[in-house]
Amino acid sequence: MTGDGLLVQRRLSLVDLLDRLLAGGVVVAGDLTLRIADVDLIRINLHALISSIDDQVPSPWESWEPRESWVSREEAGA
Amino acid sequence: MNHEELLYAYAVTRDDGTPGAGDLETLTGVAGESVRPVRHLGLTTLVGQVPAAGFDEAALRASLEDVAWLEKAARAHQRVIDAVSAGGACVLPLRLATVYRDETGVRRMLADRHAQLGAALDRLDGCVEWGVKVHAVGSAGQAPAATGSSSGAGPPAPRAAMSGRDYLRSRAAARHADEEGARREDEAARGIHAALTALAEQTRIYPPRQGSLAGPSGRNVLNAAYLVRRESGGRFTSAAAGLAGLAPEDGVRLELTGPWAPYSFAGQATTGQPTAGEEIP
Repeated sequence: MTGDGLLVQRRLSLVDLLDRLLAGGVVVAGDLTLRIADVDLIRINLHALISSIDDQVPSPWESWEPRESWVSREEAGA
Repeated sequence: MNHEELLYAYAVTRDDGTPGAGDLETLTGVAGESVRPVRHLGLTTLVGQVPAAGFDEAALRASLEDVAWLEKAARAHQRVIDAVSAGGACVLPLRLATVYRDETGVRRMLADRHAQLGAALDRLDGCVEWGVKVHAVGSAGQAPAATGSSSGAGPPAPRAAMSGRDYLRSRAAARHADEEGARREDEAARGIHAALTALAEQTRIYPPRQGSLAGPSGRNVLNAAYLVRRESGGRFTSAAAGLAGLAPEDGVRLELTGPWAPYSFAGQATTGQPTAGEEIP
């Protein structure tokens, strides 16, 4: 159980990192850069793979709209 | 370099912010290779020489679907970013899997994107990123769709003794309690986000984690990144700790990660758009 818990923690911290490395970071043209669409596909595959450690494999990146009340501040502010 | 090798690019910094050769000496990258600077026009790209066989387009596309490979690459990428930003230099992390044929390609990129990269370095100088996730822990708010749990807080199953009307009534009551709990958790998350936004230069909201990606705890109600000045870091983490202490009263749990290099803000224009992944125009 403890081992499983650690594995889950490790996987989740990997998801945190990948959120940043795949959805964040500067996108510059490489000589051999994967297209953004490819990266998004990878992200979807990957989340499915990571979540498959559980029985349930939901679609983790369903379309999602930020709540207006949350985003208004940034949009208005910055 | 011959064509059997490629350059994997990790990050862009200013020339003066780049660590010396000694700091990079023990550092290894995604292929266990050493990391070196490629300098041009006052900017530096940190690169590592990697075998073409593992890092050309076809190989990368296949490897990126291999979780074990991806984890190794992602952690190596992060290791390089962390090593370079440890000295306080502003570092723009590049997206995973940015690869060049040779130094000429790297220099061309530094020239082509000089203005945007310089602006991003100015904007992010002296800042780090903190990640905050808020999860619902109250039993009422355990959204069945998110946990997939068939046991627990659901409405009681109809028993022979229960009339249809009683059953419907009890279901409605349970649903109302769920909605009430979820509303309270969302409210708490909004409050936490507002309090932390006040201490941040910029914020970015990621989609909440769904299902098992939310972790062992309940529904993920906030998944956000905050760009915070280094000198305000103590204030930010104290505020987060304070909010984390109060969170259980509202049926939520707060998790803080960081400090990160400003991954979530490096690719964004100055508008602070919370939406994902656009490149610098």
